[in-house]
Amino acid sequence: MTVVSLIQGRAWRLGPNIDTDAILPANYMNLTDPQELGRHCLEGLDPDFPRKLLAGDLLVAGSNFGCGSSREHAPLAIKAAGVGAVVAASFARIFYRNALNIGLPIVECPEVVEAVSTGDRLKIDLAAGLLLHLEKGTSYRLPPFPPFMQELIAVGGLMNYVMRRTKR
Amino acid sequence: MGMTITEKILAAHCGLPEVVPGQLIMARIDLALGSDVTAPIAIEEFNKAGARRVFDRKKIVLLPDHFAPNKDVQSARQCQALRKFAQEQELEHYYEVGRVGIEHAFLPEQGLVLPGDLVIGADSHTCTYGALGAFATGVGSTDLAAAMITGEAWFKVPESIKFVFRGTLRKWVTGKDLILYTIGRIGVEGARYQAMELSGPVIDQLGMDGRFTMANMAIEAGAKNGIFAPDEATLAYVRGRARRDFQCFQSDADATYCQIHEFDAGEIEPQVAFPPLPENSRPLSQVGEIPIDQVVIGSCTNGRLSDLEQAAQIMRGHKVHQKVRLIVIPATQAIYLEALKRGYLEVFLEAQAVISPPTCGPCLGGHMGVLAEGERAVATTNRNFVGRMGSPKSEIYLTNPAVAAASAILGRIAGPDALARSASIGN
Ligand code: SF4
Repeated sequence: MTVVSLIQGRAWRLGPNIDTDAILPANYMNLTDPQELGRHCLEGLDPDFPRKLLAGDLLVAGSNFGCGSSREHAPLAIKAAGVGAVVAASFARIFYRNALNIGLPIVECPEVVEAVSTGDRLKIDLAAGLLLHLEKGTSYRLPPFPPFMQELIAVGGLMNYVMRRTKR
Repeated sequence: MGMTITEKILAAHCGLPEVVPGQLIMARIDLALGSDVTAPIAIEEFNKAGARRVFDRKKIVLLPDHFAPNKDVQSARQCQALRKFAQEQELEHYYEVGRVGIEHAFLPEQGLVLPGDLVIGADSHTCTYGALGAFATGVGSTDLAAAMITGEAWFKVPESIKFVFRGTLRKWVTGKDLILYTIGRIGVEGARYQAMELSGPVIDQLGMDGRFTMANMAIEAGAKNGIFAPDEATLAYVRGRARRDFQCFQSDADATYCQIHEFDAGEIEPQVAFPPLPENSRPLSQVGEIPIDQVVIGSCTNGRLSDLEQAAQIMRGHKVHQKVRLIVIPATQAIYLEALKRGYLEVFLEAQAVISPPTCGPCLGGHMGVLAEGERAVATTNRNFVGRMGSPKSEIYLTNPAVAAASAILGRIAGPDALARSASIGN
C-alpha cells in the first residue's frame, strides 16, 4: 500500500453531523465489496450524490462527521468512491479511528471548513501539515498526528502495522 | 493523583500503574465482539493478513443478529461466513439463531462481560457494557481483525465527564428518559472522544436494565464509553452468570473530570427525541398532536424484560390503534421465553401486536418493519437519523417503552397518563 501525502481536488461542502446512515444506508451493509460500497457513497444524504462525486474529489464537512454506527463500510465507501480526503471541523471518534485504520486520509481543520464552498479547489500536504485553499490563496496549518498515528498512516493502516509487528 | 474508573481499567490492561487523558496506549482486551454485519469484513482482513489462529478462542464472540434470521441471500452469505470462521477457529462463543439475541442484550445476560473488563466490539453500541463497570467501546472491523490476531487494541485515554443524578424519579420516567434528557442537554457531540461516568442517588436506585439503556446511548452523545461504578445491583446481576474472576473498580475521590453535570431527576418528564437526532429531546408534555403509523418496542436499548414488562402493563386490556402497527421484539431468546411465561406476549398478541424473533430488524432499517416514505414511527431504539428505519422520507421518534405502548394504543405520541385520561373519558 502506498501512502499519498499530496492530495488535490475539488470540494464538496457538507453540513454538520453527517452520520454513517447518510454515508452508507444500512440496507447496503450486507455488501462487502468496496467497489460496490463506493457506488452508494453518501446516498443517504442525496440519492444522486454517487453520480455527482468524481474520483479525486474532497469532502469538506462540518463538525462530528461520521457520527453514528461503527460500520467501516462508511469510510470504505468513501475511499472506494475515490475521495482523496475528508476535511471536517471535527470527526466522530469511531469514524476517525476507522479512517486511520483503513488508510483514508482525514484532516481536522475547522477554520478552512468555514471558508470553503462546493467546487473550490484544495491542496493538502499531509507530510508538511499544510492545507491550501487554492481559490482564495490562503493556507492553513494542520496539527500533526501523534507519533503512533503517524506510524499507522506511514505503513498504510492498522493491518500493515500488525503484520509488521507479528513478523518481527 | 486520583484516577477515574475508566482510567483505572485502561491502566490495568496496559500494565501501567497510571494513565492520563490523551495518552495513547496499546491495551490487552478481555473480549472482542463481531456481528453478521461487521465480522465478515474483519474475517476477510484476518485472512488477507495471512493469520492462521485467533489469539484466544475463548475471548472472541461472534453472533448473527442484525440481518438474522437471514433476510436475503446476501445476508445468508454473511451469516455463513461467520459460522464457517467460528468453526474453523473453534471459537467457544459463537451463538446460532435460536440460541442468540441482540448482541448487547445477549452478552451481559450470558455473563460474557464482567465488571473491570476491557471489551471492544465492532458495533458502536458496545458501550452498553459500561453498565457493568466495564470499559467497553465500539470499533471498526479492522480493529476487530487486528484484535483477533494480537489480543490488543490501541486507545487514546479519554477525559471523563461526570454526571450526577439527584432527586426522585417521577412515575414513568426511566433510564431511557434520563439519557435522552442528558443528550438533549449536552448535544450529539457533547461527549465526543470522552468517557461519560453516570452516577448519583438516582442511579443507585436504577435497576440494571435502566443502566444498560443509559450506557447504550453514550455513543449518541459521541462518547467513547459510558460507565457506572459497580455496586450491589451489579454484583447481584453477575452472580450466577460469571464463570471467571472479575475485578470491581471505583473512581478515586480526587479523580479529575473535564466537566461535572448535576441534574435534578425530579424535573425530568418522559422524553421524546424528535427526528433526525437523539439530541432533539423534548418533555412529553410539549410534544403536541403527532399521529403515527408504527411503533417498535425492542432493540439493544429497550428490548429487555423490564421494558417488555412496562409495555405489557400499559397494553393490558387495550388494542393497538386501527391505524397503527405495533412490533414487539424481545431482545434475546431468554427474554422471549421469560416474557412468554409471565404472560406479556399474550397481552401483546391480544392487543394485536406482532412479535418478532430476537433480531435488530427494523432498528437499522434491515427487515421486520421497515418504513415507507411519509411514515412516522415511535421506537424504543437509540437512533432517529434520516433513513435509519427505511425511507429517508420517514420519521422516527425515540421514547421509553411505556410511552411507546401508550402511543400504539392512542395512534399518536402520548404517555400512560394521556391513556388513562382518554380511558376515563371513554367510560
Ligand atoms: S438493536 Fe439497533 S442499535 Fe442495537 S445493535 Fe442492533 S441495529 Fe444496532
